[in-house]
Amino acid sequence: MERIPILRMGDLLLVTIQVDMHDRLAMTLQDDLTERIVRDAAKGVLIDISALDLVDSFIGRMISNTAAMARVLDAQTVVVGMQPAVAITLVELGLTLTGVKTALNVEKGMALLGKTNFG
Amino acid sequence: MTTQDYASRISQTIQQHEDAIGAEWVAQLEAALVRSNIVSREQLRKHCQQFLAAFARATRGGELANMEHRSWDEVRDLLSEISTSRAKGGSSPSETATFVFSLKQPLFTRLNAEFANDPAALAASSWTISSLLDKMGLYTIEVFQRARDQIIVRQQQELLELSTPVVKLWQGILALPLIGTLDSARTQVVMENILQKIVDTGAAIAIIDITGVPTVDTLVAQHLMKTIAAARLMGADCIISGIRPQIAQTIVHLGVNLEDVTTKATLADAFVVALERTGTSVVHKD
Repeated sequence: MERIPILRMGDLLLVTIQVDMHDRLAMTLQDDLTERIVRDAAKGVLIDISALDLVDSFIGRMISNTAAMARVLDAQTVVVGMQPAVAITLVELGLTLTGVKTALNVEKGMALLGKTNFG
Repeated sequence: MTTQDYASRISQTIQQHEDAIGAEWVAQLEAALVRSNIVSREQLRKHCQQFLAAFARATRGGELANMEHRSWDEVRDLLSEISTSRAKGGSSPSETATFVFSLKQPLFTRLNAEFANDPAALAASSWTISSLLDKMGLYTIEVFQRARDQIIVRQQQELLELSTPVVKLWQGILALPLIGTLDSARTQVVMENILQKIVDTGAAIAIIDITGVPTVDTLVAQHLMKTIAAARLMGADCIISGIRPQIAQTIVHLGVNLEDVTTKATLADAFVVALERTGTSVVHKD
């Protein structure tokens, strides 16, 4: 079955979405990510959605929920690389990802996580 | 006599007196032409000649009551051409319509002479010509209006493209000076422009300057908040600057919540904040 890889970098988990998200893939990612955060005792999660150029309300909510779940599990979450079209869609849908940190790219996202965790 | 007979007699009359009618018509138009700089006299004469020739040819078709008929194609094309060129030149609608309506008097004079012995025929033919010219006048105005509408649409688009520049102030700092009222269409363009620019330049801070926005109502505020929220989702911070005293009052009276947004009175203040956040500072040289 198709899965989105979750990479571990020290205290951080890196999720890069490189394929078109469909609903089942999103649900699997949610399961996998929460599982991994607990298993690896991760302090930060970085979700790179720069390759995602199409979202619907379900995927939008899923991104929002995944970030919220990670936060509940005491891992700072940063969503990075959101495309303009995706950002506009999410705002129009009313999903402004309150409480979730955002950054322009992976590098800046890493810097943001580094500051909150170790700085 | 039937309508067909009238038509052929009218047509004959027009063809016989084409030059005289043309001369009278031009004279009348020129007399009315006070603002002669819009349409030149030569152009007016040319239009009159072309139109009258086409008109005379069309009347030969005998379809005086039906302007949609094939025989009027040439006249209609010519009318739209003249009307469009006048709309672009800045003539008023009545000036444009007068072009057609002023043909009535010279035509009626000829018809009067032609049907002097037959009052019934005179009345019928006058009515036919009158309603025909009225239709042409209306057609002229319609084309005129359409040409004007096209100009307005084009200008709106140009305005949309011109009015939303995104400028780079510093490494990682963008500024978006907004000028004019924000409506939904413009906000969409503004939003797309600034978000695309954020991606292109990798800027972390965008300053939206609303010095040039005349009024801020709830809708404009909502549009601004949307843009800011979208920028935040992409990982860029927005600062609103250029809030005039009256606008500050309006925003508070309207109950718009700008608490989550950094606001500054001037672009300079916003720039200082942006520099601080990017870890840069400006010092005076001694």
